Amino acid sequence: MDEFYARDRRWHPPARHPDYKTSVTRSPNYAAISLDQTVSEITGPVFGHTDIDAIDNDLLSNFTRPGEHPVGERIIVHGRVLDENARPVPNTLVEIWQANASGRYRHKKDSYLGALDPNFGGCGRTMTDDQGYYFFRTVKPGAYPWRNWVNDWRPAHIHVSVFGSGFTQRLITQMYFEGDPLIAKCPIVATIPDPAAVDLLIARLDMNATVPLDSIAYRFDIVLRGRRSTLFENRLEGN
Amino acid sequence: MTGKLPYLKETPSQTAGPYVHIGLAPGAAGFEIYRSELGWDIAGPNAKGERIRVEGIVIDGTGSPVKDVLLEAWQANAAGVYAHPEVAGAVEEGFRGWGRVITDFATGEWGFDTVKPGAAPGRNGQVQAPHINLWIVARGINLGLHTRLYFEDEAEANATDPVLNLIEWERRRATLIAKRTLRDGKPVYRFDIRLQDGDETVFFDI
Ligand SMILES: [Fe+3]
Repeated sequence: MDEFYARDRRWHPPARHPDYKTSVTRSPNYAAISLDQTVSEITGPVFGHTDIDAIDNDLLSNFTRPGEHPVGERIIVHGRVLDENARPVPNTLVEIWQANASGRYRHKKDSYLGALDPNFGGCGRTMTDDQGYYFFRTVKPGAYPWRNWVNDWRPAHIHVSVFGSGFTQRLITQMYFEGDPLIAKCPIVATIPDPAAVDLLIARLDMNATVPLDSIAYRFDIVLRGRRSTLFENRLEGN
Repeated sequence: MTGKLPYLKETPSQTAGPYVHIGLAPGAAGFEIYRSELGWDIAGPNAKGERIRVEGIVIDGTGSPVKDVLLEAWQANAAGVYAHPEVAGAVEEGFRGWGRVITDFATGEWGFDTVKPGAAPGRNGQVQAPHINLWIVARGINLGLHTRLYFEDEAEANATDPVLNLIEWERRRATLIAKRTLRDGKPVYRFDIRLQDGDETVFFDI
């Protein structure tokens, strides 16, 4: 059983970023303690196709009334889950959630003026195939305002949760859309120090994957931490 | 000439935001959509060992409960075996060892039922004291926080645990020890997580 590469902490957002106000009181003051990985870190939960249903990746139909459709621009979001060695991560659970086309979440704590859509739930989940490939059908989420600075707006985004094969790989992030002028103004995006890292969160318009007269497509590849190949005798398990 | 090594960079993290429940616990957001939500049953009906409850609260830098946390648990079974294909040894049918809970919107309390894990192997032939691995995400947390819950009544095993002993400041080790009480005869372990301040919980870069 191989360990994972160390996480590049300078690539990820720091715990505290004053421009994202909520992070100020929710960020540890002390440095995280570096841990040599054990079996507890390099293993993680395994999911199967019996855990989820085929319709779960189709937000265009998984919460609709018969014969109706959600409001908004119909899109496909697809891509591969890879690791840092560019190897596919097969059979891993990918979960997403998002606002509807009005920028409103189906959540009892969201009171934004944007209307709820009776035909849109806003969540989906799927397993990657044996090549690490996944896809969702959904509507393009709307931008929405939020209380940070007085006039902050979140760019259109989809929240993404991925597992991988070890608990160290666990990742939650957000996917943005190519060409959105709000990306450059968003304090949450700006928690990421390197523009090259931000670029990895921007899904690309993918005309080759569109379904003509039906849905437009965006490509979003996800990279999880890679496994170290065993160059030296691996004594992780002590046997 | 130097060339670029053929590695990819990890996708950067972003906060789970205030509406994480929609995606990972939609019932809590206020609607039913899936046949079944994942992560509510950690141990399953056949798991051997002591049935326990784990409870706590997550506290921010102002001393207030954080009411929009999603917390995931990953643990071995009572024999110290993780439910993972690369691990030697079998777990009970239905034992996944993984769970997910949210904090109560009004009080910030969270809790889950499971079995007490056994000691798992460590590195280089060492033994790890029984523990549950926890991962915490919320609005305002830019990268999920990893920590470990150890058990108050495992003092002997805790004393030789290689991870606890890695923590240079002995007084900080106590932040990882859950306190045991009995409620209606059932063991309940209390594990409060402090994101900041002098008693800040130890978090790990794994
Ligand atoms: Fe959002």
